Amino acid sequence: MDQNLASLLYLVASVCFILALRGLSHPETSRGGNRLGMIGMAIAVAITLAMLPEIDFVLILAGVLVGGSIGTAIALKIKMTALPQLVAAFHSLVGLAAVFVAAAAFTNPAAYGLGVPGQIGAATLVEMSIGAAIGAITFTGSIIAFAKLQALMSGKPITFPMQHWLNLGLGILTVLLVIWLSTAESSVAFWGIVAVSLALGVLIIIPIGGADMPVVISMLNSYSGWAACGIGFTLQNNLLIVAGALVGSSGAILSYVMCKGMNRSFVSVILGGFGGETVGPAAAEEGEKTYHQGAAADAAFMMRNAEKVIIVPGYGFAVAQAQHALREMADLLKAEGVEIKYAVHPVAGRMPGHMNVLLAEANVPYDEVFEMDEINRELADADVAFVIGANDVVNPSARSDQSSPIYGMPIIDVDKARQVFVVKRTMASGYAGVDNPLFYLDHNMMLLADAKKMCEDIVKALDQ
Amino acid sequence: MTSHAFTERAQGLAEDAVELSQGLNELAREAVGLAARGAETSGTSPLVMGITVFVLAVFVGYHVVWRVTPALHSPLMSVTNAISSVIIVGGLIAAGAGGGSGFSEIMGFLAVTLASINIFGGFIVTQRMLAMFKRKQK
Repeated sequence: MDQNLASLLYLVASVCFILALRGLSHPETSRGGNRLGMIGMAIAVAITLAMLPEIDFVLILAGVLVGGSIGTAIALKIKMTALPQLVAAFHSLVGLAAVFVAAAAFTNPAAYGLGVPGQIGAATLVEMSIGAAIGAITFTGSIIAFAKLQALMSGKPITFPMQHWLNLGLGILTVLLVIWLSTAESSVAFWGIVAVSLALGVLIIIPIGGADMPVVISMLNSYSGWAACGIGFTLQNNLLIVAGALVGSSGAILSYVMCKGMNRSFVSVILGGFGGETVGPAAAEEGEKTYHQGAAADAAFMMRNAEKVIIVPGYGFAVAQAQHALREMADLLKAEGVEIKYAVHPVAGRMPGHMNVLLAEANVPYDEVFEMDEINRELADADVAFVIGANDVVNPSARSDQSSPIYGMPIIDVDKARQVFVVKRTMASGYAGVDNPLFYLDHNMMLLADAKKMCEDIVKALDQ
Repeated sequence: MTSHAFTERAQGLAEDAVELSQGLNELAREAVGLAARGAETSGTSPLVMGITVFVLAVFVGYHVVWRVTPALHSPLMSVTNAISSVIIVGGLIAAGAGGGSGFSEIMGFLAVTLASINIFGGFIVTQRMLAMFKRKQK
């Protein structure tokens, strides 16, 4: 195939990818966008195969068949609550694939038109090592993120003395190795870069606590894009550069949105050491505070007689798999003429937009679900705010208490509603380890139970 | 000057001449290569072209992603995951090249396999998610 024609078709594929992201601006256009993404990918693969001078189809077919069936099986089976882990695992694969492609280009540069071994250009070697290094960091970093999300390892930050100096030292070592590689084309230098970057990936993610997971997962999303970019520069392939840049900037924007949702700076998240540990000194000092405890019947009575109920779901609701029970409860209330709205905090759940997917899975229409900024002013005229499995994102001390570690974080103002219910298993503090004064307010009632069980009990009470 | 020394010197000169001509040959080849490359990219190095494309793509990505509704941030992550697996093209070249070292073919095969998991997995799980977002039925 003609090189120019191939480049133009690659451009078509790039435009397909851009439109795939563009489609996500509205749920109605998103499905078409996703299909365009698939078409773009098909074009990219077909053009690449057509451009090969001689093709050994066996390995390619084997790879696509094995990989494709594993991917399909996982994607069809995965539970929506486990989405964050799945995405982390997928990121690690992109990272590792980038390392493999860089290694292939390093050992067989002729196949890519990059010269013969020993005579690869210095610029190409630098690009190659950037692709391999970012890929390796993405690989091990995502594995650690996966292990934390899957609870294979504790969500607590792992810190040790001189940690940041060690990371800095390894970073400098990587740069030196890149210089060595670009001048001498030594394979020791290449594999050294890969090994050091693998270690760096682990070290960068272990100090970051469970509470910051939404940021970490977006950040790794971004890294996987930059890795693809690095490979794109190596192979002088514009499609890879465009796709990588799209993904990289998308992940960076999501990281920014998540940081803003927690009022944390990106640097402090990276430096780590936040969340996962239960601090809670305030509660112990002030002695036992009193709170009202209620039962399903109380909640059923209050909500049935309300005009407007705003439901605030959090991660606890996802863990308890309460989405269907909650929707049933909401349906019964709607049948009695109660207006139901859902309020979603940007960092509710463990990845960006996680709550929206879980609510959609339970057949909650998306036009009943509102973002924090859209709904906060409505809380003052809500009769009931029903908080289920959320804690830190509704903590009023973020607004008023300057000494609180979460001070300044934007929250959903549930305390402004006439009556608040908080469904929670125990009175323990949330991910950030901060006590929540909301629980002790006079117009709040604690419903201490498993989220799913509580919703089912309220449904029974409503039925009577 | 003995005849022996003379022949030795002549031999040395001849060797130098051969070396020089080889060097010239190489230079010429390099010049041809450079000229070809120059013609291909009309004077701009591929690196600069790459950076141009890269910077423009980052801008496009920035503007497109800010328009994504926050409700669809999870599908955004999974679809970008699938898109970044376009890195499969790098694997295809190595796996299908043939004639290369066995090692690079294995690397290519592994890259194709991993990227395929991601492409199929990423697009399908995105489709599954998006299919669940429904409007209120009245």
